[in-house]
Amino acid sequence: MTKKIRVLMAKPGLDGHDRGAMVVARALRDAGMEVIYTGLRQTPEMVAESALQEDVDVVGLSILSGAHMALVPRVLELLREQGQERVVVLVGGIIPDDDVPQLLELGVVATFGPGTSTDEIVRAIREATGTHDSD
Amino acid sequence: MTLTERILQGDRLALARLLSELEDQSTQGAETLGDLYPHTGKAHLIGITGAPGTGKSTLVNRLVKRFRSNTPLNSSPAPSVAVIAVDPSSPFSGGAILGDRIRMRDLAGDAGVFIRSMASRGKLGGLASTTGAFTMAFDAAGFDLVLIETVGAGQAEVDIASSAHTTVVIDAPGLGDDVQANKAGILEIADIMVVNKFDLPGAERALRTLEMAMHLAQPGPSTLPAGWEIPVLATVATTGEGIDNLAQAIMNHRRFLKESGGWGAREQIRVETQLRQDLASFLLGDFMDRLVEGRFDTLVKAVVDRQLAPLAALEALLRDGDQ
Repeated sequence: MTKKIRVLMAKPGLDGHDRGAMVVARALRDAGMEVIYTGLRQTPEMVAESALQEDVDVVGLSILSGAHMALVPRVLELLREQGQERVVVLVGGIIPDDDVPQLLELGVVATFGPGTSTDEIVRAIREATGTHDSD
Repeated sequence: MTLTERILQGDRLALARLLSELEDQSTQGAETLGDLYPHTGKAHLIGITGAPGTGKSTLVNRLVKRFRSNTPLNSSPAPSVAVIAVDPSSPFSGGAILGDRIRMRDLAGDAGVFIRSMASRGKLGGLASTTGAFTMAFDAAGFDLVLIETVGAGQAEVDIASSAHTTVVIDAPGLGDDVQANKAGILEIADIMVVNKFDLPGAERALRTLEMAMHLAQPGPSTLPAGWEIPVLATVATTGEGIDNLAQAIMNHRRFLKESGGWGAREQIRVETQLRQDLASFLLGDFMDRLVEGRFDTLVKAVVDRQLAPLAALEALLRDGDQ
């Protein structure tokens, strides 16, 4: 049996708009991935706990609130603490260009702003997890 | 330390890794489960099933919270609880959106709870083909209760009955008349029947209809010694109304199984069903491996083109496989 890519899609923080996250989740599903969708208002601790229990390959964080510089480092730290440093972390939403280099340095594999095509996200996940085939 | 040792010591990451190995049907997964098997047999396996939208996930959330609260049911300290939440895979892409965790956020941060989402990966019947392996892994890891939430079930997704000790079937008002309640299938597998969303119009009627249907049922399903009367309970999962009764009914059923010998009967059915399923999937895989590449597709095409009848295609396949 072929190994499926498992992705946790989470919305940490307080903003209440998950249309974008849902569109991405749907695109990943259509690309043959298994997407665990956790819904709104997750704390970094909740995200890390779900990532552990679900043993995901990828964590996708959708953040529109502007709190990414507080939330993302905390998620990365928790993942590392629990021994999940191999998990690929991607961030989507409203991320100012100035913040991107710092996020990448912290260990985020890629960030995606408004207007990103879902194909681009699928491609980035396949590259980062080393699975180029369609399923 | 081996994966087996880590799991027996309560390492949650190791357990999560094993579940992935089992899901991908790897050799390491099978070997580890083999090593863990002597440590299984203690957990109470509880199936939660029902049509899509009847509130299964919300009810599981409430139920787990109830089991984890300190007010004693039958056991103190509070039992540890694992949840296996199965959602369907897309028949086209093979992908899935697993959304049961959305309703279970109240359970976050509780070290005595472990939730794992699972895609059905093409298996019909309401569960994934490796759900049984997951229950064994959780059992060996020391979880007292394993709740298995099925895919939103129609009338015939009844695999859960042969995978769990106790099956809870969830219904909601407005889903059908009393003929639906008397059809064969999902209602026959209930050990406990629940009408959720009891605050909606038509709830009383749904409850009466189900009570009548359960009353007409032969005393005790054939898989169980006589003496268990199927309770029909009313709940409102969003507010928690009726959850105490449901938790109590589940504990009562466990006690009934233990005292009547039904527990052993259910175990036998579970093991037998699993072995049959594993055998069928092995034989199919083995047979397909022995066919000449492309032979299967050629025969499918011949049937589609009306050059060959379906049964003739089967005979041709069996002839090929014998050689």
